[in-house]
Amino acid sequence: MGWAIAIHGGAGDIPLSLPPEKRLPREAGLRRCLDVGIAALKSRNHPLDVVELVVRELENHPNFNAGKGSVLTTTGTVEMEACIMDGKTMKCGAVSGVSTVVNAISLARLVMEKTPHIYLAFDGAEAFAREQGLETVEMSHFITPENIERLKQAQEADRVQIDYTQPIQKEAPKDAALADGDSQIGTVGCVAVDNEGNLATATSTGGLVNKMVGRIGDTPVIGAGTYANYLCAVSATGRGEAIIRGTVARDVAAVMEFKGISLKEAAAYVIDRVPQGTAGLIAVSSTGEIAMPFNTTGMFRACATEDGYSEIAIWDSPSK
Amino acid sequence: MGGWAIAVHGGAGVDPNLPKERQEEAKRLLTRCLDIGISALRSNLPAIDVVELVVRELETDPLFNSGRGSALTENGTVEMEASIMDGPKRRCGAVSGLSTVKNPVSLARLVMEKSPHSYLAFSGAEEFAKKQGVELVDNEYFITEDNVGMLKLAKEANSILFDYRIPTIATCGAGAAAMDSPLQMNGLPISVYAPETVGCVVVDKEGRCAAATSTGGLMNKMTGRIGDSPLIGSGTYACELCGVSCTGEGEAIIRSTLAREVAAVMEYKGLSLHEAVDFVIKNRLDEGKAGLIAVSKNGEVACGFNTTGMFRGCATEDGFMEVGVW
Repeated sequence: MGWAIAIHGGAGDIPLSLPPEKRLPREAGLRRCLDVGIAALKSRNHPLDVVELVVRELENHPNFNAGKGSVLTTTGTVEMEACIMDGKTMKCGAVSGVSTVVNAISLARLVMEKTPHIYLAFDGAEAFAREQGLETVEMSHFITPENIERLKQAQEADRVQIDYTQPIQKEAPKDAALADGDSQIGTVGCVAVDNEGNLATATSTGGLVNKMVGRIGDTPVIGAGTYANYLCAVSATGRGEAIIRGTVARDVAAVMEFKGISLKEAAAYVIDRVPQGTAGLIAVSSTGEIAMPFNTTGMFRACATEDGYSEIAIWDSPSK
Repeated sequence: MGGWAIAVHGGAGVDPNLPKERQEEAKRLLTRCLDIGISALRSNLPAIDVVELVVRELETDPLFNSGRGSALTENGTVEMEASIMDGPKRRCGAVSGLSTVKNPVSLARLVMEKSPHSYLAFSGAEEFAKKQGVELVDNEYFITEDNVGMLKLAKEANSILFDYRIPTIATCGAGAAAMDSPLQMNGLPISVYAPETVGCVVVDKEGRCAAATSTGGLMNKMTGRIGDSPLIGSGTYACELCGVSCTGEGEAIIRSTLAREVAAVMEYKGLSLHEAVDFVIKNRLDEGKAGLIAVSKNGEVACGFNTTGMFRGCATEDGFMEVGVW
């Protein structure tokens, strides 16, 4: 069997014309984070540690919408959320409304391990972070010029990147925010399985550009953006509302169990049932399968298995 | 088959020593809420309107743990959450961390219908509430004497419990109640736990299902703690097939995505509503303690729980009606 790992840096309307200066740093980021995960798995770290480690790397990378590089709320602030789940024990932890914690995924893990609760948010989450001695910084640390620009464009276009079904834009959007597809990129995630079948998943995000203050997306909602059980580990990305309504992450495992189909088939089935252009996911199964389906234009993703296979991709690839 | 059906709950996990008085009071409230729902259904209100109406009533009454009468955070304040879901298109709305909104379930509905998002929390939710002009009150409005007393007991009980997962026998005096009720939920003696989240599920004459859940959360919870009630798929779920609202140990409900589970086994295993509810309660909770109410598009209603009791009531168009605690 052997270990397997998959990571994503967000699914969305990533145009094929994405310029190299936007594409290359992300591909490099995926490559580096994948390597971090591979090294950790080779050193026999538990998948829970692996996914946390990898997502921390993705959060620290400024070109993905998580941690540093998070998109901004309508008031120009950062409100991050993250979630982690262990497939074997089904213990989980989630945080929302985090604005000063360098690694929200680590805070989510502490909620899971150090509190009797599963989910802490806003002031309560921030206070807990300080109690636990997690690294905190000024909110400005997370804000990048690209995101200030994205927010500006979104507001000028008077467009909230809304997350419930909106009419497909008939007029080709001219604003750069959409043209470079970046504003629709949400979320980073990692799923991993070791050669004993231990599974884990972790997801982290800054959310939606120009979102209302206090808006919570699918990422911290167990069963929507993040889920793991004894069968598989899943991390989803895309339009929050569609993923919540579709209980996407949970359904992959449910469909495997109740229909007795493979991970790939289950993942494809679930993605097919959410509206076109709204979601993607990465998943690994207890037997080392990997699936990375998406119904958006693209999804920043990478994966590797113990037998030496590895892949980094953005758009459709024959080995999806 | 067919016709409307409605179920309400006021929490799973009832202290076996609950005074008869309180049991009767609870049953009266459940009956009143059922009547409100039934009346609305007879006036052809759609399911989504009915669940909101009924849960508003439960929130306004101080008896159960929602709206007024909510459990208190460790700081003695109230932080409420709620969610609502409309089966036909699976639209949903949720709120958390409310401290001045008189009816959280109505704000959840507004999130669903008037905002571009599906879940708003804390100050952002309160801001939205202001802009929407919903009724706002001081946090004190929600706090009852009963719950102030409960918080005190919970804190005393916690000073004995080092890890809420380890069952303990309260040997010290703190909380004679703890001695009387060795039953525990979420690590607290059931007499102080007050799990009474409220919820309502409805299927209307057109076969449309809806569900709504509302709560003050866990007694003595950390500020900022979010439970299962506002999480779609965990505490609340509705789709073409059914509507479900859960109550009990938040962690257990979240880990098992309990509400979604009922619908998933109906959808993927072809089980009937009753079979699905039984299956899920028996097989998905492990050590967790919880209960749920559910309706199907065919006018069936079911409830299930693995706790000692669940405050509940249900009624169907053909005249069936029942209110119970055990």
